[in-house]
Amino acid sequence: MRMQPYAQFDGQPVPEEPAATAIELSEASVTFGRGDRAVPALSKTTLKIADGEFVALVGPSGCGKSTILRLVSGLVQPTSGVVIVGGREVAARAMRVGMAFQNPTMLPWMTIERNIMLPLKIVEPFRSNFRRLRKTEFREKANALLEQVGLKGFGNRYPWQLSGGMLQRANLCRALIHQPRMLLLDEPFGALDQFTREELWAILQTLWMTHKPTVLLVTHDLREAGFLASRICVMSARPGRILDDSRVAFARPRTVAMTFEADFVALNQKLRAFIEDARSAAEQGTG
Amino acid sequence: MMFGIDVRQKAWSAGLIVLFFVAWELFCLMTGMSDLVLPRPSQVFVTLVQRFPVLWPHIVQTLATTMFGFVLGVALGVALGAIIGVSKTAYDTCYPLLIGFSSIPKVAVVPIFVLWFGSGTVPAVLTALSICFFPIVVNIATGLATTEPELEDVLKALGASKLDILSNVGLPRTMPFFFASLKVAISYAFVGAVLSETVASNRGIGNVMMTASSNFNVPLVFAGLFVLAGLGVALYVVFSLIEGQVTGWATRKNDVIAT
Repeated sequence: MRMQPYAQFDGQPVPEEPAATAIELSEASVTFGRGDRAVPALSKTTLKIADGEFVALVGPSGCGKSTILRLVSGLVQPTSGVVIVGGREVAARAMRVGMAFQNPTMLPWMTIERNIMLPLKIVEPFRSNFRRLRKTEFREKANALLEQVGLKGFGNRYPWQLSGGMLQRANLCRALIHQPRMLLLDEPFGALDQFTREELWAILQTLWMTHKPTVLLVTHDLREAGFLASRICVMSARPGRILDDSRVAFARPRTVAMTFEADFVALNQKLRAFIEDARSAAEQGTG
Repeated sequence: MMFGIDVRQKAWSAGLIVLFFVAWELFCLMTGMSDLVLPRPSQVFVTLVQRFPVLWPHIVQTLATTMFGFVLGVALGVALGAIIGVSKTAYDTCYPLLIGFSSIPKVAVVPIFVLWFGSGTVPAVLTALSICFFPIVVNIATGLATTEPELEDVLKALGASKLDILSNVGLPRTMPFFFASLKVAISYAFVGAVLSETVASNRGIGNVMMTASSNFNVPLVFAGLFVLAGLGVALYVVFSLIEGQVTGWATRKNDVIAT
């Protein structure tokens, strides 16, 4: 298996000490199950993400990308090692995190508007004011976001009345409404068609450029990673670990046309090579 | 022409129901069946109308005990179901006990209730309760236990407490299960109340039927049965209507997709 930590695609080295650390995994590993039936999902992984970075995690399927996301969100506890998010161990779970999964997971009994306002009902300081403000300020907030993603006027519809692309937009709104300092996205555009996907990339890029949250994006799509991320981590096959970690320096706002330019294609091919290597190494390992 | 087909289908069903009673009537007339064995529907109907002033207080009694037992049963069922659905320990402890209890024929329990509380209204309410809470427990517990983990993850990632998750995801998701069980439970509650009235009460439809059958007044027995069936259907309809209002999101076959 080839190991090339901190390989560079564009000449810029990854800074040794970022200004403020938003996410830090030190030697964190995850194993599901125990004894003979234990399944290692993530090998000891060390990863530091600075405040305001947009990091994409790519790698072969089942490599533990989602596990890292679930570690950071506190949905999974590390089997060994430490996960520190916003200066606290994740077990404490007091961070403002926005999360979006591949399935839009809108609650079917609520209108889109109420679905989007759900985080405000849960997270402080909005929670204490929810009853008072849900009909006024919070509702305006939800509708303002809906307008930003091109869903103006759909707030009072129910989830089943919307198409997959629309639901995924609403999903983004829900992840953003409580102004999280950190956004965790698990293949949020995986189930969409190419055109909707590219449209949503642009929307997400704009949202990131205006609010500058720390973003951790898990994706299979290398173009997506190149388009959106300021840094790309490539992971090996299960049990996953980080093979490569490099910056993407293309100017922003990036456009879909840029993804067909030579530099971008070269980046894609480099990433592909890493993943191919990881896959064939995994096959030799098991076969 | 969806509307036309719908109306025609309803008319067909209504016609078949009427046909059932007509066939029953004709069967009795043609075979010369004694009304001591099987009275004709028309006889039952006449008895029902004639004896209605006498029957009325008994109808009220049965309805009241049933509803009282039902409401208590729902409260108990929801509470138990929620506990069982959320906690694995509670599931392992309570489920065998519940299945054991629900397997006991309630006829066997009525004398115990009578022993404790005397005959009359209280054992009827308790019997109704004890027979109707089980489907509610099972459905609430199933609804909660089968909640998609993805829906819960949305809230968990926000740092929601267990109570938050229960009230925002678990319970709303369980509503269709809950209403399905309510419709079963209301019939069960009737069975329980009437059962207890038959064994140990001097009021209620159960008692009227008991007395009538010992006097060989079979049309009156059947009148009692018709009253019970009618009440059961009426309450079923009431809950179906509420269900449509509350859980419309779960049954949306005819809704149009947004453009």
